Amino acid sequence: MAILVNLWITIDMLGELGNFALILALCLAAVQAVLPLIGTALGDERLMNSGRSLAVGQFVFLLISYLILTWAFISNDFTIRYVIENTSQSTPLIYKITGVWGGHEGSMLFWLLSLGLWGLAVVLFSRALPREMLARVLAVMGMVGVGFIGFTVMTSNPFERVFPGPMDGMDLNPLLQDPGMIIHPPLLFIGYTGLAVAFAFAIAALIGGRLDAAWARWSRPWTTAAWAFLTLGIGLGSWWAYYELGWGGWWFWDPVENASLLPWLTATALIHSLAVTEKRGGFKVWTVMLAIVSFALTIFGGFLVRSGVITSVHAFATDPDRGTVLLALLAITLLGSLALYAWRAPKVGLGGAFGWYSRESLLLANNVLLTVACAAVLVGTLYPVAIEALGMGKISVGPPYFDAVFMPLMLPLLFLIGIGPVVSWKQGSPDDTYRQLRWVFLVCVLIGGVWPLTMGAWNPLTALGLGLAVWILATAAMDLGKRIQRRQNQGWSVALRGALRPNFFGMHTAHAGLALIVIAIAMVNTYEVERDVRLETGETATVRGYDFTMLSASNVRGPNFDAQQVTIEVRRDGQLINTLHPQLRYYHAKPQMPMHQASLDRGFSRDVYVALGDHLGGEAWTMRLYYKPYMFWMWLGCLLMAFGGFLAAADRRYRMSKDRRRLSEKEIDRSDGGVIEDEPRPAAGTVSSSSPS
Amino acid sequence: MSKRIVIPLALALGVLGLLYVGLQMEDGGLPSPLVGKPAPPFELESLHDPEERLTEADFIGQVAIVNVWASWCDSCRLEHQHWRALAQRGTPIYSFNYRDRREQALRYLEVFGDPFEKIAFDPQADAGLEWGVYATPETYVLDAEGIIRYKHIGPVDARVIQEKILPLIEELEAGQS
Amino acid sequence: MIGRALLRPAQHHRAPGALAGLRALGAVLLLLAGVLVAAPATAISIGQPLEFETEAQREQYYTLVRELRCTVCQTETIYESPAPLAADMRRRVYQMTIEGYSKNEVIEFMTHRYGDFVRYRPPLQFNTALLWVSPFLLLVVGGVAWLQVVRRRQQMAAHSDLTESERRALERFRRGD
Repeated sequence: MAILVNLWITIDMLGELGNFALILALCLAAVQAVLPLIGTALGDERLMNSGRSLAVGQFVFLLISYLILTWAFISNDFTIRYVIENTSQSTPLIYKITGVWGGHEGSMLFWLLSLGLWGLAVVLFSRALPREMLARVLAVMGMVGVGFIGFTVMTSNPFERVFPGPMDGMDLNPLLQDPGMIIHPPLLFIGYTGLAVAFAFAIAALIGGRLDAAWARWSRPWTTAAWAFLTLGIGLGSWWAYYELGWGGWWFWDPVENASLLPWLTATALIHSLAVTEKRGGFKVWTVMLAIVSFALTIFGGFLVRSGVITSVHAFATDPDRGTVLLALLAITLLGSLALYAWRAPKVGLGGAFGWYSRESLLLANNVLLTVACAAVLVGTLYPVAIEALGMGKISVGPPYFDAVFMPLMLPLLFLIGIGPVVSWKQGSPDDTYRQLRWVFLVCVLIGGVWPLTMGAWNPLTALGLGLAVWILATAAMDLGKRIQRRQNQGWSVALRGALRPNFFGMHTAHAGLALIVIAIAMVNTYEVERDVRLETGETATVRGYDFTMLSASNVRGPNFDAQQVTIEVRRDGQLINTLHPQLRYYHAKPQMPMHQASLDRGFSRDVYVALGDHLGGEAWTMRLYYKPYMFWMWLGCLLMAFGGFLAAADRRYRMSKDRRRLSEKEIDRSDGGVIEDEPRPAAGTVSSSSPS
Repeated sequence: MSKRIVIPLALALGVLGLLYVGLQMEDGGLPSPLVGKPAPPFELESLHDPEERLTEADFIGQVAIVNVWASWCDSCRLEHQHWRALAQRGTPIYSFNYRDRREQALRYLEVFGDPFEKIAFDPQADAGLEWGVYATPETYVLDAEGIIRYKHIGPVDARVIQEKILPLIEELEAGQS
Repeated sequence: MIGRALLRPAQHHRAPGALAGLRALGAVLLLLAGVLVAAPATAISIGQPLEFETEAQREQYYTLVRELRCTVCQTETIYESPAPLAADMRRRVYQMTIEGYSKNEVIEFMTHRYGDFVRYRPPLQFNTALLWVSPFLLLVVGGVAWLQVVRRRQQMAAHSDLTESERRALERFRRGD
């Protein structure tokens, strides 16, 4: 005992406490994975309810563990290996706090924390769920928790000690010392772990043997929320890469980027397929499959980033042991789910009938395209590994391949986005669509055709992209307008409230966001200008009407870096636009690896961007000057997409009291599409126009 | 079993299998397309004598080793002892002094010994690019006709010498006589 | 295959004084570049302005550097990589471009030395056939699946779901009465 006390005094035991909390969370997760299931089998209410308190407990211990690691960062506890490797005395406080997820171990801990957070959210927001369902969902969440916490404790303990510790740490990777890095990984991780909830709902439904519209409705807001986080995470990641990696690129088809895109694509498919399952009871098996695959792809992503199978700029310090455990997790997830699926799926009915031209068939086409795109990206990512494994050489699959394959798959999808929302469930009429949209179509052709001319030169691909983007925006606006019009007799406020109902308005917002991204891509891919120049003090270079004048070069000192900085004035027609300060930074921790810190002036319809190259001696510098049109629209589009997702997820319809839900379940049992749709579609002259309300 | 289950199962097993194999793979560096091809041409100054011009012909004639090294390259230092040992065996070892400064390279040889028969000085990596060099040190084995028979990327160790390079040299020399 | 002249870099590529002032040298040459279009003797650093005779050459250069992979850092194109090797490769791409070599010839030159690994746009050949075919294959499979599902649901609509009178109504509608 005395020895223990001594130890406590001589060394700070907080790290051990963090580890202990982590292990406690693991134990709780293990119990959570089992007890509620026993409860449902025995019909024991107390056991079923245990999942809730266990999930809360798991979260609390994960939070404690996480906070302790954060404190270790803040208090410079250089006896913990992870702290040594990812911070230093001179690291600014904000990058100490965010540095916690800057490396592999800490990012895993953050991953766990967000998993726990989702568990907590399920407990808080699913009071309306039937007891059995909630118990099963939490049990599956428990299993996921066991897998990931187990992985962290076994292979990636962030609290590992080093005795004696060094005086100072090695600092956070300079690339990560940036505002974009503060929020982008957490959002991604929250998105990834959110898909675990969608997975848990799917597995719970399979276990319970109830793959029905109610299940789809319960899991919809969770899936949409996870998707929105993922969207934000990917968007911010791209935003960060755009200015921090220098050289103006925003998407590199790097394996790690692909790892985040893959689950995003399947999650997008899942959101749309869930709509069919909820409203028409169809695609159940497919929806379950997508939920499983989306979650599996998040593990797959972790595997890619952390195992070292594929090299990547973003890869964490890799370790084959971690790879093995993650692969085992992936195998258990996939094979376990498939076994369950094999047992349950054959009993699932087909759902409602629909014609070849209907909302369902179009959503199915959406799913086909998204899945094919996902599969193609997956093939492109894994192909070099397969070829090497077969001893057939070493090849690279890079941006030219992905661009060539991905773009053509997305174009029809963009076209469908315009049509989908105006076609009726069950049976639509092409003639009707044609009548509704022909003018819109013409307008899009016109705008798409003319818009590129404002950039000086016409380009067919840009025109196509812009036309499709306008198509999405115009059809969405038309759809909203019609809704308002139809309710106008009830007064404006009612009409507006009806049309702006969160899940409906959210859908159009997200689609509009995508349209903005398409506009940005179409513009920047064709019309961006970059020039390599050599400037001396007082010299000017011109890029697309913007005059870049070098004013001075100086040395500046940051908290943990020294930098050479060039001051550049950007003028247009003699008028000052902005003064830019691109830097070449030498971080004290890694002076041999200077960072090109770009400086940009962001504008509504263009960014001008300066990246500093090399010092040529004297006052001369090389630099890259960029004119990047419409980049702002890309980031705005990402925000809109995510915002649309959050809006839809927050729809109160999903959180109805039990009574009202039971009522609507009855409505579904009548199994006639339009029911949950609060709005009678304009009779398309077909059998589908049956609709109450 | 219905195809509803067989297809996803087959896909899942395929991906898992591939990842498993991928995990077991060792990173042996890039395979060089130059193996089996004649030594690429070059024309450089000799490290010891700026007046002397060296070309690929100077490296060809008997079974030989061509090493790429630099004084700034730490792992070159690691393998240097092996070249000293091998030089005593009689096999000529030629080398490129890659992206280096002449004075520093010469001092390096003074300190660590000079096992190289001829050294081509390649400060701008002109020959380096022709020979497909991407990371020092790299080592080639040439046969008597000047065909590249083997390439090793990274420092050689005793194992590589004993198991790969020596047997190959012996085989090539046997074929020659 | 590729001109001998290229394989033996011309004399002016090896500037005297060598590495002593890589950067200073670059600066001197840059001054020269304004006067005559001369290939830079040293590696091309990121952001270094380059002179081209034609727009086509400029475009070829910038397309190529974006499609070639740096073999050292392995995840970057030579356009964005700060590695010295990437700078050398940029120089070679530039030289070949202004000397009039076509895009394919430059790619072939690099592949000949570093293998298919340097090509971010994989060539269509035996070991990449499946890679290039797979998206079409996947799309066909997806399309067939779409057709099958839709046909099955349509039949359901025609047979099971509807009452006799509804089906007759549907028939009438289809005939266009």
